[in-house]
Amino acid sequence: MPKSSTPSRLAVRKTYKLYVGGKFPRSESGRTYLVDGDNVALASRKDARDAVVAARAAQPKWAGATAYNRGQVLYRIAEMIEARRAEFKALGVSGAEVDATVDRWVWYAGWSDKIAQVAGNANPVAGPFFNISAPEPTGVVGVVAPPSLLGLVSVIAPAVVTGNTVVVVASNPQAAITLAEVLATSDVPGGVVNILTGSGAEIAPWLASHDDVNALDLSGIEDAGLATDLERAAAGTLKRVLRPVSGVDYTEDPGTGAMTALLEIKTVWHPKGF
Amino acid sequence: MTATATSRLSGRPDSPADLRTFLHGLPGVDKVGIEARAAALGTRSVKTSSKAQAIDLAIRMVDLTTLEGADTPGKVRALSAKALRPDPADPTCPPVAAVCVYPAMVPTAAAVLAGSGVHLASVATAFPSGQAPLDVKLADTRDAVAGGADEIDMVISRGAFLAGDYAKVFDEIVAVKEAAGPAHLKVILETGELGTYDNVRRASWLAMLAGADFIKTSTGKVPVAATLPVTLLMLEAVRDFRDRYGRQVGVKPAGGIRTTKDAIKYLVMINETVGDDWLHPDWFRFGASSLLNDLLMQRTKLTTGHYAGPDYFTLD
Repeated sequence: MPKSSTPSRLAVRKTYKLYVGGKFPRSESGRTYLVDGDNVALASRKDARDAVVAARAAQPKWAGATAYNRGQVLYRIAEMIEARRAEFKALGVSGAEVDATVDRWVWYAGWSDKIAQVAGNANPVAGPFFNISAPEPTGVVGVVAPPSLLGLVSVIAPAVVTGNTVVVVASNPQAAITLAEVLATSDVPGGVVNILTGSGAEIAPWLASHDDVNALDLSGIEDAGLATDLERAAAGTLKRVLRPVSGVDYTEDPGTGAMTALLEIKTVWHPKGF
Repeated sequence: MTATATSRLSGRPDSPADLRTFLHGLPGVDKVGIEARAAALGTRSVKTSSKAQAIDLAIRMVDLTTLEGADTPGKVRALSAKALRPDPADPTCPPVAAVCVYPAMVPTAAAVLAGSGVHLASVATAFPSGQAPLDVKLADTRDAVAGGADEIDMVISRGAFLAGDYAKVFDEIVAVKEAAGPAHLKVILETGELGTYDNVRRASWLAMLAGADFIKTSTGKVPVAATLPVTLLMLEAVRDFRDRYGRQVGVKPAGGIRTTKDAIKYLVMINETVGDDWLHPDWFRFGASSLLNDLLMQRTKLTTGHYAGPDYFTLD
């Protein structure tokens, strides 16, 4: 009898797709590009449009969830990153950076029920009124993320912890989509975080001019001329624009600035009875 | 349809048995085929200047509708004003075809729309269930016409239709048509409650034989409203009816059409099946409310070059 040899197993190779509305669709355009030998979906302006629709639909419910609940969900994300440590390391993220990433989520998770005490106030006024200022989320935030995993987390977490939803253009696709897989399994409602992989220069102008995007974070834009153009486009609908000075060190204490930049302050006057 | 039924039925049916024979002689509908055809027509891509024309045509075909228990005169006035100038920022944006309201709100809407060319439709005949005595339905219709409505959207008695009492449904449509006088009569089949495509085909022919000027899919008050296959079936019915009797009848899908993409699918379907005789607001309407906002947003996207958002349009 002939000796049968065990056939070598066919590799199952992964295509990194987009993360929109809690699902992992291919690009509407059908385009892909190669990053370090991996096939990655290349997002188009229409993917950005769909992501904004998903982010807008998810926003009221996410903002309406209690701060305690949002904090729990963010903490859960940190737990799930911890569980995928090996996967991030295989993508070339150092152990120290995964540590810092987990710590960053936990740090922001803690802020969910504390930011109102820091950014809000009970104002003394010259009249028989309680005068209270309270922070509210800005709405849908377009984000061009910096390439590192820690940088990516450092722009997503401060936006979503207060009740915003985000459309993120990520330039480090494998790590970003692995993070999306973490989000998809962490009780984050679909649409709260949407991740597009592709070119910031191609997609960001559509987010900047979009009437239904309320704020823009340009942390990942290196080209100063492009950033200026985006700021100009964003001015058409009076968006809040974050344009950090280049060379941010994401390992440093981030402070509360990234959160408060994406908050609107609502002040109410309430008459004192007696 | 069978030859015997055709020869026995010329114009109006002579007896309930004749009508029954005719309606049951209509060919059965190929469910898989019609759904596949509708799905295939829905994949066409319409871009740039064609898209701009399609959007403007769709706006001109909208029956801007509010049929809520919570309708107030203020809301109806606001909706009527929006019907006249859908996009106040752009005077090139055409007005919609009609405003559609409950009979009690007809005088309020008529005051705004008078002399504008925008039609005023009123639902009548115990909308949406149609479960009321005939004289109540006729009084409902006369009131709406007296109030200023020039289009009447009536519902058929689905109970009688499903029980096989076609003659009763036929006589009701004839009576309402007479009560409506000069007003255009749209007959709502409520296809979501008819159960089968065969029933939709029969109800379409029944309504047209009884004198309907338009056949309309749905009230928008039951879970299954307008779908592409049902509308395709009704379009085929009005085409065949015109071939046979020489009278053109309009079609109005209503309920569940919310996006520009959906609306354009319907326009493509008309063009590819019954031809452009029906590509006109006199012969095709969209019964919708939120659809108009999406059409306006897409129109703004084409004129400004950037995506529009709902914050910049009225909510209704």
